[in-house]
Amino acid sequence: MKPEIYQSPKNDMNDELSTIEKTVLSDYKYGFVTDIEADEAPPGLNEDIIRFISAKKNEPEWMLEWRLKAFRHWSRLAAEEPKWANIEYPPISYQDIIYYSAPKQKVKPNSLEEIDPELRRTFEKLGISLDEQKRLSGVAVDAVIDSVSIGTSFKEQLGEMGIIFCSMTDAIQEHPDLVRKYLSSVVPITDNYFAALNSAVFTDGSFCYIPKGVRCPMELSTYFRINAENTGQFERTLIIAEQGSYVSYLEGCTAPMRDEHQLHAAVVELIALDDAEIKYSTVQNWYPGDKQGKGGIYNFVTKRGICKGNNSKISWTQVETGSAITWKYPSVILKGDNSTGEFYSVAVTNNYQQADTGTKMQHLGKNTKSRIVSKGISAGFSNNSYRGLVHVAKNAVNARNYSQCDSLLLGDKCGAHTFPYIEVKNNTSVVEHEATTSKIGEDQIFYCNQRGIDSETAVALIINGFAREVMNQLPMEFAVEAQKLLAVSLEGSVG
Amino acid sequence: MLKIQNLQAGIEGRTILKGINLEIKAGEVHAIMGPNGSGKSTLASVIAGKTDYEVTEGRIEFMGKDLLDMLPEKRAGEGLFLGFQYPVEIPGLSTTNFIKTAVNELRKYRGEEPLDAVAFLRLMKEKMALMDIQQPLLSRSLNEGFSGGEKKRNEIFQMAMLQPKLAILDETDSGLDIDAIRIVANGVNKLRSKDNAVLLITHYQRLLDFIIPDFVHVLYNGRIVKSGTKELALELELKGYDFIKNDLNIAETV
Amino acid sequence: MDTIEYLTGQFHEFPQDSIDRGLDILRQDAFNAFNTMGIPGMKHEEWKYTRINKLFNTDYSLSADPADHSVSTSDLGPYRLPGNKDANELFFINGRFAFDLSVIQSAGLQVLPISTAYNGEHRDVIAENLSHSSRYLKDGINALNTAFLQHGVFIQVGRGLILEHPVYIYNITDARTANIFSQPRSLVNINEGAQVQMVETFITFGMNESFTNQVMEVVVQQDAVVEYYKIQNDASHTNQVSTTHFRQTAKSYVHTVTISLNGGIVRNNLNMVMDAEHCESHLYGLYFQQGKSHIDNHTIVDNAMPNCLSNEFYKGILDGNSSGVFNGKIFVQRDAQKTNAYQSNKNVLLSEEASVNTKPQLEIFADDVKCSHGCTVGRLDEEGLFYLRSRGISEKIARSLLLHGFVVDILDKIRLAVIRNYADQLISERLEFDIS
Repeated sequence: MKPEIYQSPKNDMNDELSTIEKTVLSDYKYGFVTDIEADEAPPGLNEDIIRFISAKKNEPEWMLEWRLKAFRHWSRLAAEEPKWANIEYPPISYQDIIYYSAPKQKVKPNSLEEIDPELRRTFEKLGISLDEQKRLSGVAVDAVIDSVSIGTSFKEQLGEMGIIFCSMTDAIQEHPDLVRKYLSSVVPITDNYFAALNSAVFTDGSFCYIPKGVRCPMELSTYFRINAENTGQFERTLIIAEQGSYVSYLEGCTAPMRDEHQLHAAVVELIALDDAEIKYSTVQNWYPGDKQGKGGIYNFVTKRGICKGNNSKISWTQVETGSAITWKYPSVILKGDNSTGEFYSVAVTNNYQQADTGTKMQHLGKNTKSRIVSKGISAGFSNNSYRGLVHVAKNAVNARNYSQCDSLLLGDKCGAHTFPYIEVKNNTSVVEHEATTSKIGEDQIFYCNQRGIDSETAVALIINGFAREVMNQLPMEFAVEAQKLLAVSLEGSVG
Repeated sequence: MLKIQNLQAGIEGRTILKGINLEIKAGEVHAIMGPNGSGKSTLASVIAGKTDYEVTEGRIEFMGKDLLDMLPEKRAGEGLFLGFQYPVEIPGLSTTNFIKTAVNELRKYRGEEPLDAVAFLRLMKEKMALMDIQQPLLSRSLNEGFSGGEKKRNEIFQMAMLQPKLAILDETDSGLDIDAIRIVANGVNKLRSKDNAVLLITHYQRLLDFIIPDFVHVLYNGRIVKSGTKELALELELKGYDFIKNDLNIAETV
Repeated sequence: MDTIEYLTGQFHEFPQDSIDRGLDILRQDAFNAFNTMGIPGMKHEEWKYTRINKLFNTDYSLSADPADHSVSTSDLGPYRLPGNKDANELFFINGRFAFDLSVIQSAGLQVLPISTAYNGEHRDVIAENLSHSSRYLKDGINALNTAFLQHGVFIQVGRGLILEHPVYIYNITDARTANIFSQPRSLVNINEGAQVQMVETFITFGMNESFTNQVMEVVVQQDAVVEYYKIQNDASHTNQVSTTHFRQTAKSYVHTVTISLNGGIVRNNLNMVMDAEHCESHLYGLYFQQGKSHIDNHTIVDNAMPNCLSNEFYKGILDGNSSGVFNGKIFVQRDAQKTNAYQSNKNVLLSEEASVNTKPQLEIFADDVKCSHGCTVGRLDEEGLFYLRSRGISEKIARSLLLHGFVVDILDKIRLAVIRNYADQLISERLEFDIS
């Protein structure tokens, strides 16, 4: 599973690449495959497969009905895969995907100690320790591989405070009332094509419930890993923050290097009640495909939070470096009065990656505030689009929005695109949007060189400077990792 | 320390430097003066290794090594510092972070351990006092939104932090009022020692009132046409660059 | 009768040009495109906020014969723009160019029926530029105008000529006796080194329904300088889609100001295609709407070649139940290095019922560029209002002063003094306060 050696693409325009063009040539470090037997459904998507998944998970009848409803809706939409995004890809053959794949473990582990050592090693290799004693920092992890969660750490300790942190599978069994109340309350099954698909076939994901007045003492995190071949990953995450509670949640993701594209279609729903705050951070590093654009994950994700209560706050932070295609718009519905939505994003595209990402801020309540900071970095032959909507409804008195979208271009074969939609129906609102596009200048690199800093370090410094406002939003545990990831993703694009 | 022999260089096929010869020894301060377009900044850029320029002829030796084969960062590693005429802005990168990275890269080049945060801060505090620089400036993005004087002071501050063997200061006085020139010159004077050298590039004599050069060279049309001591600078100030041109014309017609 | 059915019938009735099939093919292709694309609905990304389908359920008439109009010089009197005595005046009546009413004062300014020009010496420039706008406007509305372009005119300004007299273009809809569907069409060729000031306006007579679907394409040849001003202050029961498409060649300069003050549904497409190096263009706009007016400014700036500069600045005030759309798209193509492109849109909402949708977009494929865009939506500056009132100025006057202050920088971009003052006067009337 050694990564292939990069051969620079033939460039008939000019054989000599400029200083800036040389540095984007790194290798994906998480491309290995774990050799473990999997319990799989046959490929294809039909009602039987959905019944199979539901039965595997021993789900109650209402859950199966819900899934079938979603499936039927998706089938009706089948011809209407959304086409408005600034991305291009060949048709996805939904009947060739395996919708259920679980690593075979001899017994269902009752505790983290019983997890198959091979799986444990996989996560160690990814830098995720499932061993509670070994974790220095206070981070509780739910580890999801292909279609299922294999274990969640710190469950007991959190349980003492009334915090529920478990897999969706367990949540459906153990907390059906909460799941039934909130599942699809923010992203209806009919919301969009990929949300409908996810609702029909999702196999696992994380569930968090923070009770009234509780400040979750540690970062909750889910680590998603695609391992098996020809599978898609369809996870569902649901986070509920009761009145006056606070939680910071992180997710990370990787996948092996394969020549075929794999589909990842997740749905994340956040609910913040009165005075609650949810901070959701993502470091997305799915396999991006090789230097020629072969392989990589198609990442079609619907993430939405609702500030349901007054004075509530939802903050999305994302560092997107992976995936062949990213289609993702973490959004906030600002329903409660005085509620706040934030979106901080760094999206890096290199080689032939395509990203169409941004956010939607729906201002409904009074005195709602939103802030959008998007930093796009394009290199190689990639295309990077920001697409964002700020909607101020008629009754959203005193709404405030500030958006800033900056693009940085490395090389002249990539593209940066900005599509801000601003819809204002209330005259007491103030909405501001600013955007700039720039490139890393040869003069900036020379200045650093003259001070003894080599070009690669210089680019890393400049990029981190460019992305600093967003990186500052990440929890400490993630910030360092994310910063390294940024540098690695662009390694070789300058030099 | 620095030995330039018959240096010829240009940009986009146009020759700008037409055979420069110059030697600078440790402990010396040299000044290069000349009218606009004579090649002063080109010379500074070529010594520092800016890739836009093409060297067609000649050698530059620095500390006994061939400079022309080295990348700009290696030249810096060898102890060469260029104070830029137009310091570059890098949004989002704090000045402190930038200098810290540079200090430790240079240490790495010399095979020294990186400075830890405490040692770095101590060094910085010491040099800040020297250059009359305040903390808020160093927390801001590198050169972004700095006034002309702040940018130039920041250049000399970096020089103090990086402790080069040879500092080339390219029109460090341009655009500065007399108080700012005094601060900058003061800093440079404090950094002078018998082990290092300074090459001042300037259009005007006034900087040389504050930093007394050992040698003054006049660069005209890509060549050093006259060398002397600081009196030459005064003469230039008095008579203007035309007298050089006239001198040359006479010399050529004779 | 359904409008589309009527238009289809009309399309087939017009005789084909017997001399050359070139224009006929263009028309037929456009008609086919119209049939395929239809009237753009809200699912069409560029028409998301402007609905025109409902305008296609009316019994309209297309003007059959240009000489058949019943507009007299005296009808025009009160509607003529100030400074008209010193201007060339071109009149379109119900979409047909009225040679009888038009007055040309400048030697070197020429107006010909498009087919005459095409069959004569202007074939090449027409073949190259006619319907160039369809490359940018992919909708049935643009195609529909092209399907009827045989009534269009070719306007040209001779090489190296500096027109002393501005060119006033009036698009007149005479809806006194019938519902009118009019489709003015022109191709303007500003030859090498020529300089011209153009002012375009829209006027409707009568209270019947009307819909104007106008397309003007302008070729700006090397070193030519064009100022173009559009004043829209038509009655609030009128509707129009007005397309102005510039194609710039080397080192040319275009300066435009679009002032929209009234109308029912007003959709402006302003395209600036910078097809050669060292072109410069400025696009300014001001919309100040009230009642139920809907104003939609769609602009495209295509920086196709290196070293071009484009600068766009639109301001809007929306009062009453009015709604506004600003959709600015800037392309910087792969070869367009060293492009400088700026775009800004600022809006003030005066009433609770007014709304605005703004979408300033950048699509950049070159890396050595300086581009920025921004937009704001807000209320009138309350602090400014308070400051003025604290100096003893009544709230009403203070508002007028602030609003006038908001628009004046756009007004000042109109370099033709009579037109600038005219626009200022219209705005002062709207503000019920004369600033001068």
